[in-house]
Amino acid sequence: MNRSVMFSLLLSGALVVAGCSSKGGSKDGEDGTGTGAGTGAETSGFGGSGLSAEQLRETKVIYFDLDRTDIQPRYFDVLRAHADQLSKDPDLSITLEGHCDERGSREYNIALGERRANAVRNFLQAEGVSGRQISTVSFGEERPADPGHYESAWALNRRGVILY
Amino acid sequence: MTGPRRSNLLRYGWWLLALCLAGPARAELTIEITGGGADAIPIAVVPFTDRTAAPEQPGSIISADLHRSGRFRPLATGAQPQRPQSAAEVNYAVWRAAGIDNLVIGEVARSGTGYALRFQLFDVVSGERIAGETVNASAKDLRFAAHHIADIIYERLTGERGAFATRIAYVSATRTADGKDKVALNVADSDGFNASSVVRSTHPVLSPSWSPSADRLAYVSFEGGKPAIYVQKLATGQRDKVAGFPGINSAPAWSPDGSRLAMALSKDGNPDIYVMNMATRQVRAVTNSRGADTEPAWSPDGRYIVFTSDRGGQPQIYRVSSGGGSAERLTFEGSYNTRASYAPDGRSLSLVTRVGGQYRIGVLDLETRGLRVLSDGNLDESPSFAPNGAMIIYAATAGGRGTLSALAVDGDIQQRLTSQGGDVREPVWSPFLNYRSQ
Repeated sequence: MNRSVMFSLLLSGALVVAGCSSKGGSKDGEDGTGTGAGTGAETSGFGGSGLSAEQLRETKVIYFDLDRTDIQPRYFDVLRAHADQLSKDPDLSITLEGHCDERGSREYNIALGERRANAVRNFLQAEGVSGRQISTVSFGEERPADPGHYESAWALNRRGVILY
Repeated sequence: MTGPRRSNLLRYGWWLLALCLAGPARAELTIEITGGGADAIPIAVVPFTDRTAAPEQPGSIISADLHRSGRFRPLATGAQPQRPQSAAEVNYAVWRAAGIDNLVIGEVARSGTGYALRFQLFDVVSGERIAGETVNASAKDLRFAAHHIADIIYERLTGERGAFATRIAYVSATRTADGKDKVALNVADSDGFNASSVVRSTHPVLSPSWSPSADRLAYVSFEGGKPAIYVQKLATGQRDKVAGFPGINSAPAWSPDGSRLAMALSKDGNPDIYVMNMATRQVRAVTNSRGADTEPAWSPDGRYIVFTSDRGGQPQIYRVSSGGGSAERLTFEGSYNTRASYAPDGRSLSLVTRVGGQYRIGVLDLETRGLRVLSDGNLDESPSFAPNGAMIIYAATAGGRGTLSALAVDGDIQQRLTSQGGDVREPVWSPFLNYRSQ
């Protein structure tokens, strides 16, 4: 999928998480009645977010902060949606890729990328997915999504990718 | 640049353009030198007398070598007051007047199907010949023979062994118009000439490591979809996959006696340092920590392995006995220190250190534990010592492209090697090659 679609999904994910934390307010333009009429977003959607599980699963790339390998809470619903599908269909399998931005040494970045892929794997396994359905690979900094040498490119390269 | 070299590059330039249309480009490197040692010895290398129309002018090669070491300041040929072709013709007075301390003259002669390069080195101040030799070269090794002569001169005048007759291995990458990556592992002379590809791939290749006898390269390739370690014989191109365990197989490093390969494997959980016996291909874990241990490098006596570990939270350099045991942390300045490699005298490490958000090359003195930052880029990585310890080559980003840089450890000279197209990175300097005339 292209970058702008990804961004708007992430943005709506972020907005929804903010909404979740204030308990009942939905920031997608509704007035907080919580019944989901009008915008087409199902508030009975997955994990309390305004998106359906299928919409959440369209997000297959999650991003990490510099030097960090922990999953940001804003991706929890996305990953739960993937976990839900995988645990319901044991014949489905995925490859998780871990990536880094270009800064620092290449080999350490391969280790960091593996840790990111493992973080996603561990999350999915905690949500009930069997390890047999998951393989992981780290590309370190070798496969940047954006080859630029500046912060906005680096932010796009620190990522975990889910490949069915 | 002097005349002959420029025309060589122009010739190569057109040829490369034609090749680009046909297939992957040869990674010919161009070299640019900045700075210059304040204590550099003023020397003059007179163009070698040559009646054979040899394809290279040894005088230019020797002059460029001495210049890029930072220890010499060669006099441009245009400023040389005379062209002596024999010891008898040397007029010491005019060279003294030109401020020159040492003079080199030479000649190229045919020898069988190759050449005989004869040179003489003079001390201008005392007015005497201090060295001279004939070096034989096959036609294809003409440049290398000139580098060997530069090594002899360097050692005679500095007391240190020269490292001009050496090679570098490095990775080059170009991105084609349709967004695909063309990656190659290349070997070139350490001045960037005579580059050739030993591996070509559309998958990532990294971490080349020279065997101590310089006949093989170990490297990491993603051609199987995940990182695996290969060992390739340079003379034949024949190669073996030596490590393809589950998880990461990376960061190969030859032991000084060539019998073992240290590597980072994550087959047992998180990445740890293992040592593989190359005869039996058995691996033994040398570290086993909760963090990621990677980037092993051997001490020159083979007793220790230094490596990167984030077992303490952030990546730092540790040292462990090569037989295993408890590891000692070596770096305490800054929050990011990685990619250590020993200097040939075993007394310091080059490494990547992060200073104020910038990634730079530093040298850690193993006795004082002091860390000195040597480079000034913001994305510097992959430092590798020359086999005489006088220079460090590393990867830098300049003008948005990956380039190689080399700096003198004790001076202020800097070289930059750029590819004609695309990025170059991951340089590693060969061991001494012990040039033998044919």
